[in-house]
Amino acid sequence: MIANLLKAKPTTNVVTGKMEENQRNIVLEIEDVKISYSGEMAVKGITLSIPRNEITAIIGPSGCGKSTLLRSLNRMNDFVLGAKVEGKILYHGIDLYGKDVDPVEVRRKIGMVFQKPNPFPKSIFDNVSWGPIINGYKGDVYALVEKSLQQAALWDEVKDRLKSSAMTLSGGQQQRLCIARALAMEPDVILMDEPCSALDPVSTAHIEDLMFELKKEYTLVIVTHNMQQASRASKYTAFFESGNLIEFGETQNIFTLPKENRTEDYVTGRFG
Amino acid sequence: MISRNLKNRYLIAKIFHGFCFSVAWLGVLILGILLFHVTREGFPWLDMQFLTEFPSRFPAKAGIKSALYGTLWLISFTALISVPIGIGAGVYLEEFAKKNRLTQFIDLNIANLAGVPSIVYGMLGLVIFVRWFGLEQSVLAGSMTMSLLILPVIIISTREALRAVPNTIRQAAFALGATRWQTVSAHVLPAAFPGVLTGIILALSRAIGETAPLIMIGALTYVAFVPEGPMDDFTALPIQIFNWASRPQKEFHELAAAGILVLLFVLLLMNSLAVIIRHRLEKRKQ
Repeated sequence: MIANLLKAKPTTNVVTGKMEENQRNIVLEIEDVKISYSGEMAVKGITLSIPRNEITAIIGPSGCGKSTLLRSLNRMNDFVLGAKVEGKILYHGIDLYGKDVDPVEVRRKIGMVFQKPNPFPKSIFDNVSWGPIINGYKGDVYALVEKSLQQAALWDEVKDRLKSSAMTLSGGQQQRLCIARALAMEPDVILMDEPCSALDPVSTAHIEDLMFELKKEYTLVIVTHNMQQASRASKYTAFFESGNLIEFGETQNIFTLPKENRTEDYVTGRFG
Repeated sequence: MISRNLKNRYLIAKIFHGFCFSVAWLGVLILGILLFHVTREGFPWLDMQFLTEFPSRFPAKAGIKSALYGTLWLISFTALISVPIGIGAGVYLEEFAKKNRLTQFIDLNIANLAGVPSIVYGMLGLVIFVRWFGLEQSVLAGSMTMSLLILPVIIISTREALRAVPNTIRQAAFALGATRWQTVSAHVLPAAFPGVLTGIILALSRAIGETAPLIMIGALTYVAFVPEGPMDDFTALPIQIFNWASRPQKEFHELAAAGILVLLFVLLLMNSLAVIIRHRLEKRKQ
């Protein structure tokens, strides 16, 4: 269904040519989104646009709602008991929480990489091939696995042992395998929830290089606790604090010329 | 320098260690004594004739063939009935059902059912399966009664095993656009399988040793034939053992001991089969 939706016209009417241009370059529009867990408000009305083929970083102290928002972008919050999303999240103009939207379809288009590497306790090959297979991939699965592992910069390290268990890989390799697994679905957007927080600096550098490569083809949204990572890797940065969006803009500006004092305090480590 | 306080703490730790050590070995010791006694009495009677003869009024001619076959029939059908239902119910309750009042009520009931005395299940089986369904004292009626008895155990252990599967695996599958069934069948259930298998074996081991519900539904105590289908009459090892043990002659008591050895051997065989399967599966995962 999302495939049809992609061709559909945006629901918001565009007034000027310039806006039309912008519209096409916006993948996700988050409009006044409030998310609560059993009545406890975690995200308190956030409006944000995620541009295509760029890396957008979401930063902020623990419990600020950044992961919650990220997980609402591919409806992973559906599995959290008592979670409620209000407002609109438009994906190419379609409300992800609309009545006729199937969450399974959403997750095919919007992939996710989690905080802790979570490969399936199966072979490396099966980890990558499972997603496409269950979704009815018709092409050459082997070629797709190779391509995905290459994109995730893991191919050279594992090409001789595709049949061995994913659990034999190191943490950094496992995380790249999880990225390869997400890529094999040929998604449109990849969400990453603190993808490097469980990794050592060398693996982190690997994954950051990878993100640069990936943004050519995909739109990336990453949640990170690591200021350097946000400043190095992303084009845009959103700063959250206790469920509110404090500031959103080009990463360069957020880190060098923040408009808000709170942002400045946080990015320079003087908050609290 | 070690302070007096630290000395005391070490002493307490040692005492506790000793206590745990002794209670752990107490169980093994009791089992050892039991095995010793049973083996001493029953072992001389254990020969091919004992396994291939039907029960008899004369201890020298008596065998356990009908009871052994009956137990094998009974346990096979019990497994056929209870395993799919038990796993299905466990998977439904843990993975699919919404957590609401109704499922809480079902949860509570299953937990209580696991503690109901087996004779009560025997009465239930007698009324429903033997009388109402008209199954008579058949293997099928016995298996269905046994299934009722062990279903709560299978359901509870299936759920425990599913709960032990890390949520990150489910999330990984969902994030790839998998449906709940695809997630459960491809990843969650295989990961939980060793635990599920342990639960099944424990439950079947319980069923194999149960006597009361079978006597309640009227399983025969003297059977000079082996069942040839699920609708045939049958007897089972614990019933035969009980029958021999209740006779006055000493020889029959020794036969009962030999019967216990056979029963223990069947149990051991089942358990080792489970261990082997589990070990294989875990090795494949590595």
